[in-house]
Amino acid sequence: MTESAMIETLPGARPSTTRLSTIASLAILIAIGLACFLGPWLSPHAYDRVYRDYVLTGPSLVAHPSPEELDMSLSALTQRLHIESAYAIEGDTLHLTLKSPAPVDPRVARYFDHSDLFGTAKIIGHGAGDHSLHLDLPIRQIYFLFGTDANGRDLLTRTLIAGRISLAVGILASLVALFVGVAWGATAGYLGGSVDAIMMRVVEVVYALPFIFLVIVLVVVFGRNFVLIFVAIGAVEWLDMARIVRGQTLSIKRRDYVAAAEALGATTPAILWRHILPNAAGPIVAYLTVLVPRVILLESFVSFLGLGVQEPLTSWGILIADGARNIQASIHLLVFPAVFLGLTLAALNQLGENWRDRLGVGGA
Amino acid sequence: MEEPAILSFDDLHVRYGAHEAVKGVSFDLARGQVVAIVGESGSGKSQTVLAAMRLLGPDALVEGKVLFEGKDLLRLPGKELNAIRGRRIAMIFQEPMSALDPFVPVGAQIAAVLRRHMDLSRAAAKTRAVELIDLVGIPEPTRRAHAYVHELSGGQRQRVAIAMAVSCNPEILIADEPTTALDVTVEARILDLITELKTRLGMAMIFISHDLGLVRRFADQIHVMRAGEIVESGPAHRILTAPEHEYTKMLLAAAPRAMNRAPQKDAPVLLEARDLSVHFSLRGGLFTTPKKVKAVGHVDVTLRQGQTLGLVGESGSGKSTLGRALLKLVPASGYISFEDRDLSPLNRAAMRPLRRKMQLVFQDPYGSLSPRMTIGDIVTEGLRVHEPHLSRADRDTRAAQALDEVRLDAVLRYRFPNELSGGQRQRVAIARAMILKPKLVVLDEPTSALDRSVQADILDLLAKLQSDHGLSYVFISHDLSVVRAMAEEIAVMKDGRVIEHGETADILTHAKDAYTQGLIAAATLKALQVA
Repeated sequence: MTESAMIETLPGARPSTTRLSTIASLAILIAIGLACFLGPWLSPHAYDRVYRDYVLTGPSLVAHPSPEELDMSLSALTQRLHIESAYAIEGDTLHLTLKSPAPVDPRVARYFDHSDLFGTAKIIGHGAGDHSLHLDLPIRQIYFLFGTDANGRDLLTRTLIAGRISLAVGILASLVALFVGVAWGATAGYLGGSVDAIMMRVVEVVYALPFIFLVIVLVVVFGRNFVLIFVAIGAVEWLDMARIVRGQTLSIKRRDYVAAAEALGATTPAILWRHILPNAAGPIVAYLTVLVPRVILLESFVSFLGLGVQEPLTSWGILIADGARNIQASIHLLVFPAVFLGLTLAALNQLGENWRDRLGVGGA
Repeated sequence: MEEPAILSFDDLHVRYGAHEAVKGVSFDLARGQVVAIVGESGSGKSQTVLAAMRLLGPDALVEGKVLFEGKDLLRLPGKELNAIRGRRIAMIFQEPMSALDPFVPVGAQIAAVLRRHMDLSRAAAKTRAVELIDLVGIPEPTRRAHAYVHELSGGQRQRVAIAMAVSCNPEILIADEPTTALDVTVEARILDLITELKTRLGMAMIFISHDLGLVRRFADQIHVMRAGEIVESGPAHRILTAPEHEYTKMLLAAAPRAMNRAPQKDAPVLLEARDLSVHFSLRGGLFTTPKKVKAVGHVDVTLRQGQTLGLVGESGSGKSTLGRALLKLVPASGYISFEDRDLSPLNRAAMRPLRRKMQLVFQDPYGSLSPRMTIGDIVTEGLRVHEPHLSRADRDTRAAQALDEVRLDAVLRYRFPNELSGGQRQRVAIARAMILKPKLVVLDEPTSALDRSVQADILDLLAKLQSDHGLSYVFISHDLSVVRAMAEEIAVMKDGRVIEHGETADILTHAKDAYTQGLIAAATLKALQVA
């Protein structure tokens, strides 16, 4: 009585917020997915380009170099050359005058070419007796929206390229776990008896293998390879999935509608596909939404040990680990990748939850 | 009747959002009186008392007054409410399992209630608990007090729940369908116990039931509820003998009328089983040998074309297992022939083409339809197996025809099972079986989970389908009054054996076995003969 009454009241209250959060979650996931997929190509910076003059720059919307950065960089350069300098800025060019008691070698201009702040220096003219040199330096306008890391690499580009890796690993490894786990668990659960016993003992044997040992063996045998990460993580994560699906199957196969399908003469694969899997979908989806974040974190752990993704390629897990080490000096290293990862996980969770509600898992 | 009311409901409303489950219920309960609330599922009868006990969830909006000795239970602070609830007003629920803790021996559970509400010492509570277990008629009370819930039978569990409810000598006992989950013969004994305790302890009682016949024996007042409202109320004998409201009359037209069809001895034999046995093996532990449990032992069955065989027995008697064994859905030993063809050597794949001629309809219309499939998909699943050449459009047309045949709106085929009522679902289950045009249908308690009014419709439908298509039924039920309406022959089962077998009229009038006589007594107890 209570249930029927509650079901009738539901349509009024629930869908609007559920729908809104579903749309919001989908929008976030699509936005992050597109940004990670297209972003690195559109970005002016390569993910592995090092800007020596911009180490650990903070995030800002203003173009670099700022006047202070110009000043500091120039004084550092001229100090190294033991030369006095004076400059004036006019638009995108910087008029620089170098003075020295000794004659100024025009080759010093090359020092400025190496800097990330300027384009190619142009020698305008010499002062009296070569004691001064006039240079025109075009200033290179660079934007670092998210700032740069400890090696002077653009954090925005790195976050997006890391997203590619993390999402790819998260989704592919979860899919591996999903397909293997569901097929294995449903077969074991439905057939039952000795088939079930043997299949589940196999699961337990694989469970007993230490994960890191498995990864190391795989790396030793096949060499370091991006695909290995999916295989290794998928090979471990399907075990839980298989157990969950088996448990579900065991309870569902005793339901009358499965008996009815048997009475109709349906074949085993048809029963698994049409009856067992749709009705086990709730817990499967629920576990999948937990699995994707877990895989993303597992990947960063493997990479941390030096067995997964290697520098200069990166993933969110690695970026966050990096940021956490520099939390006091430059918090932006932690904040941006963490926000991306957090948003992705939250959106995935919300989506899974709404999906679960829609499938009515609570009713079972 | 002149006594002041001990509990009075005054314009009670229960709302869930826009849905109003209880619409202004008012009635009084006098000291020592028995009030019965009768209605079908969804009529709001349980909601009424649960609201009074403040046991509804937070999303229920309760309005009105429930006065107990002048105090409004709906507005009482939690502490005072708890002093009344359990101590002075006790409840018994339909499913005793849900009221008892599976991890605590039943004696200790009762003692805990006594210590909490009556301030008894540990030893005194223990002694009293044993007395109470004795009071509710459980043999060997001292030993049973140490038993866990799973060690007791369904009837004993309900007895323990009753012992717990009456342990504090409550003034009011609320019984919410206390016997619905029990077998008919057990039901009769529990009702005897409740009536006896009521007179012995002088309690007032609110008895909730869907069955007017059941409450006739002890109710003083009857309130008939439908769709959240009391449609008729009055003294029991008046309601039962001279009902005024249409709905009450419909509830009273309890037993489906008998068809009294004579068995046709010359019809060809469709299904024959000889010496059929079903064993289940329980897997023991590592060191124990697997135990074999016999579910059905050495049963002979013959069913002729166009006839109905009734299988009657209580839960656990093996009648459902026998029904499935006849369709070779559970492994069985013995000889089965269908249309003169020996089925015993056939394996699952070999059985498949035969499946379309033998179908099964289940008791629980909620469990037998996959909640993830549309009605159309459910109904046409058999076509996908047996007529795979049909296109999607063909199947859709056939689904509409099948639904039409079971008198359902064809538009329903795009809906999901949870949008349908129990009766509609059972029609869908029947449509699923009928779409293949079978010869034999095993009906496993097809009407037991349904309300009385719906039950009659389904039986009508089944009878019509049988005469239209010349079907043979194996009709499994615990309720003799239903079987009587459908079957030409009856087989009574107990402990996996057929203990009595014969024509329906013979069995009903000259039952030889004591067990059969008990079943007949229980059935007539419900069938109203108050005239």
